[in-house]
Amino acid sequence: MATFTERMGPVLLVWLAVCLGGTWAVDKGNFKTCEQSAFCKRQRAIKPGESPYRALLETMELTNTRLTLQLINDNNKVRLLLELYRLQGNITRVKINELKPLKPRYEVPDVLIREPPTEPLSLLSQDENGVVLSLGPESQRVIVSARPFRLDIVEGRDVLMSLNSRGLLGFEHLRMRKDTSQAEPETDNKEGADPANQDENTKEEEEKVEDGMWEETFKSHTDSKPNGPSAVSLDFSLPGVEHVYGIPEHADTLKLKTTDSGDPYRLYNLDVFQYELYNPMALYGAVPVMLAHNAQRTTGIFWLNAAETWVDISSNTAGKTVFGKMLDYVQGSSETPQTDVRWISESGIIDVFLMLGPTPREVFSQYASLTGTQAFPPLASLGYHQCRWNYNDQEDVRSVDAGFDEHDIPYDFIWLDIEHTDGKRYFTWDPHKFASPKEMLQGLMDKKRKMVAIVDPHIKIDTNYKIHNEISSRGFYVKNKDGGDYEGWCWPGSAGYPDFTRPDMRAWWASQFAYDQYEGAMENLYTWNDMNEPSVFNGPEVTMHKDALHGAWEHRDVHNLYGLYVHMATAQGLIERSGGVERPFVLTRAFFAGSQRYGAVWTGDNAAEWDHLKISIPMCLSLSLVGISFCGADVGGFFKSPSTELLVRWYQTGAYQPFFRAHAHLDTPRREPWLFGPENTALIREAVRQRYTFLPYWYQLFYLAYHTGEPVMRPLWVEYPQDPATFALDDEFLLGRDLLVHPVTEEGARGVTAYLPGKDEVWFDIHTFQKHNGGQNLYIPVTMSSIPVFQRGGSIIPRKLRVRRSSTCMEDDPYTLYVALNNQRTAEGELYIDDGHTFNYEKKEFIHRRFSFSNNVLSSVNLEPEAQFTTKSWVERIIILGASNPSTITLRTADGINQLEFDFDASMSVLTIRKPGMNAGADWSVSLQ
Amino acid sequence: MVTLGHFVLPLLLLGGAITVEVQRPRGVPLSKRQFYEEDKPFTCLDGSRTVAFDRVNDDYCDCPDGSDEPGTAACPNGNFHCTNAGFRPAFIPSSRVNDGICDCCDTTDEYNSGADCQNTCREMGRKEKEELQKLAEIAEEGFLLKKQLIQEAKHGLEEKKTKLEDFQKNKKDLEANVETLRTVKEAAEQPEREAKERHLKAWEEQKAAIRLEKDRARMVEVLLELDDDADGFVSVAELQSHSELDPDSDGSFTEAEAQGLLRGMDKVDAVVFETVWNNIKEKYVSESNADIPPPGETPPDETRDIVSENDSENYPDEDIPEEEEDDDDEDDDEDDDVDDGDYKAPPTTRTDEKKKDDDDDGPMPPYDQETQALIDAAQKARDEFNEAEKALREVEDQIRNLEKEISFDFGPSSEFAYLYSQCYELTTSEYVYRLCPFNKVSQKPKFGGSETSLGTWGKWAGPEDNIHSVMKYENGMGCWQGPSRSTTVKLTCGKETVVTSTSEPSRCEYLMEFTSPAICQEPARFDSGHPDHEEL
Repeated sequence: MATFTERMGPVLLVWLAVCLGGTWAVDKGNFKTCEQSAFCKRQRAIKPGESPYRALLETMELTNTRLTLQLINDNNKVRLLLELYRLQGNITRVKINELKPLKPRYEVPDVLIREPPTEPLSLLSQDENGVVLSLGPESQRVIVSARPFRLDIVEGRDVLMSLNSRGLLGFEHLRMRKDTSQAEPETDNKEGADPANQDENTKEEEEKVEDGMWEETFKSHTDSKPNGPSAVSLDFSLPGVEHVYGIPEHADTLKLKTTDSGDPYRLYNLDVFQYELYNPMALYGAVPVMLAHNAQRTTGIFWLNAAETWVDISSNTAGKTVFGKMLDYVQGSSETPQTDVRWISESGIIDVFLMLGPTPREVFSQYASLTGTQAFPPLASLGYHQCRWNYNDQEDVRSVDAGFDEHDIPYDFIWLDIEHTDGKRYFTWDPHKFASPKEMLQGLMDKKRKMVAIVDPHIKIDTNYKIHNEISSRGFYVKNKDGGDYEGWCWPGSAGYPDFTRPDMRAWWASQFAYDQYEGAMENLYTWNDMNEPSVFNGPEVTMHKDALHGAWEHRDVHNLYGLYVHMATAQGLIERSGGVERPFVLTRAFFAGSQRYGAVWTGDNAAEWDHLKISIPMCLSLSLVGISFCGADVGGFFKSPSTELLVRWYQTGAYQPFFRAHAHLDTPRREPWLFGPENTALIREAVRQRYTFLPYWYQLFYLAYHTGEPVMRPLWVEYPQDPATFALDDEFLLGRDLLVHPVTEEGARGVTAYLPGKDEVWFDIHTFQKHNGGQNLYIPVTMSSIPVFQRGGSIIPRKLRVRRSSTCMEDDPYTLYVALNNQRTAEGELYIDDGHTFNYEKKEFIHRRFSFSNNVLSSVNLEPEAQFTTKSWVERIIILGASNPSTITLRTADGINQLEFDFDASMSVLTIRKPGMNAGADWSVSLQ
Repeated sequence: MVTLGHFVLPLLLLGGAITVEVQRPRGVPLSKRQFYEEDKPFTCLDGSRTVAFDRVNDDYCDCPDGSDEPGTAACPNGNFHCTNAGFRPAFIPSSRVNDGICDCCDTTDEYNSGADCQNTCREMGRKEKEELQKLAEIAEEGFLLKKQLIQEAKHGLEEKKTKLEDFQKNKKDLEANVETLRTVKEAAEQPEREAKERHLKAWEEQKAAIRLEKDRARMVEVLLELDDDADGFVSVAELQSHSELDPDSDGSFTEAEAQGLLRGMDKVDAVVFETVWNNIKEKYVSESNADIPPPGETPPDETRDIVSENDSENYPDEDIPEEEEDDDDEDDDEDDDVDDGDYKAPPTTRTDEKKKDDDDDGPMPPYDQETQALIDAAQKARDEFNEAEKALREVEDQIRNLEKEISFDFGPSSEFAYLYSQCYELTTSEYVYRLCPFNKVSQKPKFGGSETSLGTWGKWAGPEDNIHSVMKYENGMGCWQGPSRSTTVKLTCGKETVVTSTSEPSRCEYLMEFTSPAICQEPARFDSGHPDHEEL
């Protein structure tokens, strides 16, 4: 305890501050508002109106792949260069940079998976007012207006999207500093000022020195801003749109809110202590992608900029009451709903991808074509993860592992937080508590289980620490503004931060995961990257100084990218240690567009509160919409201690969310699943077991996500895009197309009301098999054991009902197929099988089959005839929901024809076909007569 | 009984090993063999349905209770029986059959998974036997020690009970003594009080007489001083020359006011002045020492030192209107309070002044011999009484402690009594842990730093059937943002009384392992080879 206190001094101080404040909420004063962020304040001060920018049509150049054109700001005569590309798959890219910047401006590398392939643009018409370009075979066109400059993308007579239609394009050109001595009197003033009023004084002074363009102070931190002002901003109008989504990470509703009356949504990766819910404050990660949806069309905006970014949303209907909207409708008000968005970034250029859909699925695929898809995770990582800060020692690990067996609860991964290291030196083990890690890992391996150990990117400055010495001697640390190694305060005390933006640094980092480098590691040890925003306890807003240097670039330019690079390098390390054979599993807290390619993400340090359980749904849905499918929230809540009811409900919810990990703060009482009495142990066991029975479906969904970019966890509107009742739902969600989950997230709930979508659909309760019609709000009475989950009529879901100690133990187990018939008495589904852990699927070593049921015949056909894989798994049971009683059932396989036994439950119309027995990879058909 | 078990068991195991291969379906314990008769339809053990015998262990779950698949993993709720010849038989969940992990030491659970399992039953059996033997030896020795402890506790208890009885008897005597001495004391105090009062009263009277005399003398002095024209009268004008006498102190001492003081007369003679004097003496400032404020009429403080303590404080009379006086008086009070303690006296000037005032009346004269004798006698009676009362209190304390100890739950046979008022330490790499059974647990950093309480004795907290196997210490030092520290002490049988380990499995919830012979159970005999131990 004493040692702990010493090590954790700074954290405790923060804690104490909060504690004394008498509240559990975030200390908002630690984080900037738009008003306190000089560039945001400057840009937001620009009001809609006539844009000073004019397109110089005479400068237009049109090649086969792009159009370029100069823009001029009539106020200061600075010229910009506009580039416009038509990309394959219905994407338009718009880039705006200074024509002749004083020095290069940062363009985000490593996020796009390749230079996006283009398609020809053709000029339709041109006059002195503008040009019209065709966007391919459809009737889509881009209209470039000259005075003032604006872009409109139209299809037929509909405007899909307009850029700079409100005249908010802003581009702060790089300039020479005129007065270099202005900092001095300011300093004098400050010294004389009453500390209590310092904030105000500073603000006033900033105005005098041009809105903090050359220097900015927040709390005790001064940002030296040697490059001066460099912000960019642009507005987008979305006619006909009332619902926009995405731009994670925020602890807010799925449907984004208008920001007129408060701060914009902020994207700036930050370690926010005890974050508050339902507000636009920045959190650990940032994906600058927004989706816009209405019943006709889904589009997306991808603003490729890694600097601090703010997003304003306003709507012409947001202020209206339902009655007002009705009145408009009845009276035929001409005003179409419209959402206006403005993006503001601190530096870099404008590089924006307009993903034109028109369906949600197409937007996903468009975004995937730019930044890639979800890494296909090892199957085991879809199982249950048991984590705690901290499992104290090897004996603790052993006894928790044994506890799962004793209580017959499956799990795949046990996790070690920072205390497992030797004094917070990552890649090492505490010599007393974890003296023989290989022995411990072997013990887990004997049970086909795995471990994750944390590796954070802050490196203890200690000349007896190999990792530090190597990074330091290779010059791999991020530098401070004066060129020395940047030092910050984090878990180990004084720490350096490796410059992960450097490919050579990343390659070196990756090499540290090799078995001969990372002592004590074995193949069942995986990695967790925490604190990679990066978190700097004594830095501005608990992160790195913006004037720190990554080679030629300022931290300002790359900030939101840092966490992605850490994740990337770590995943690469895990791949390389196996010679490129094994899939990595790496969890990250910070992320950016493209992070999906490297592993899983969790929603950070939440709390054991019912609202935090609720918010886990929209938070993961928002991530899912922008490519990051492998998302989860700490089950039970990280801070504070959950009531038993909350813990059980959280397990029941987490069991149906992609990344399923329980985690708890060091100061909370132990909460392994069996510590709350036999009744609750049984409830938790059942929730975890349900997860394991659905692993084949989860795996197939992740394969699909990897393959196509379609999210695993989906808002209902993605599958029911024309049903406005689904547009704002975020207390329930779909897994793939076929499972609808409405977790119980209210304390003491006696029932939930779930919206079952689809007028012509039917939904089957997966527990009772009761059939419900779609297109209705269904009240479902619940008890503590209830997890309302429904299977869509028309779907076939493969499950494995023989739940064992870990997913790996279930590898060869047989499948039970759940065939849920729709009103047309048909159903379809898929099955994906591979070895579960290698990259051999890239060499087509897998089984991918399609099941379909129609005309009373269920058949399995090969979706990938060139793929090769053999499985021991077979089909042990087929359960047909909504069936009628057949007289005979015949199985046809390559080996011949068999009659199958079956059982029919007339009360529920459930037909159970007994032990058909065919191999899961084989061709077969089962006919009901 | 024990001997019989030992003899028959190997036979059963031997028989079992044979039947496994020949007659029983896989995973069925011998005790349930009769339900699985080959070639007869099988009825699920819960009676829910009957299926053909070839459905038993056909890797498909037909019975809701899982009983048709004792040897496969097909049923989610089934159990697999391992015979484990050479070791203990066991049931494992069906989900562990053919999962690639060796669970049964006889390897029978992994018959089709390709897992490379070794039969370790014999070795485990041997190890277990050794372990059990070791434990049995410990238990045996421990149990002997425990018997001693019980004996000692019994003796101790008897001793304590005897002691208690003695004390209680003693207490009665002491109580009687106290009462007697109280009467004596009270009897001696009555005359003492009366004599003191008499003495005091006499002195008070004497003081009053002296004061009156002094007052009169002063009056005459003042009369002479006022009577400027020496006509034997004090006139209005003469009075007016003393502006300090202005009744409303408004700075102008008018004629009317002066006349008012002189009871409406223009001048008064010595006789009438006597009545005037009473109204002005408080304010009057002698012409010879006009700078010195008049002495207040505070009662002499010293008296209080002599008179009995419950004499109430003399608060200022209402006819002392000046605030200054009030203040002074309050200060005096404080001084008195302070005098009782070790605090230092107020500024010397004032003390001197006060002394001077007090000197006016002079100290109380010493008691006369008779009174002093009464006082001495009373004091002696008081001292004797106090001493007797103190002795009684001591005995009462001892009785309380003894009663507490006697009534303590030291286990069914008081075998834990020997731990009372002992402490046991364990030193780890960072801390020294200290367990004082039935009292407290604490932790102290090894290299300096203050002690942290990890809890004080709470209760026995073992399971119902063995409540004395766990101790709970609660309400230790509060944890930041958490509950107060607590410690669970798990007792295991050992020859020695030692703290063997400590840990903090959850924040601020400590776990201590503690061995003691007192928890040892009478060892069950496996081995009948030593007839001399048979009585155990």
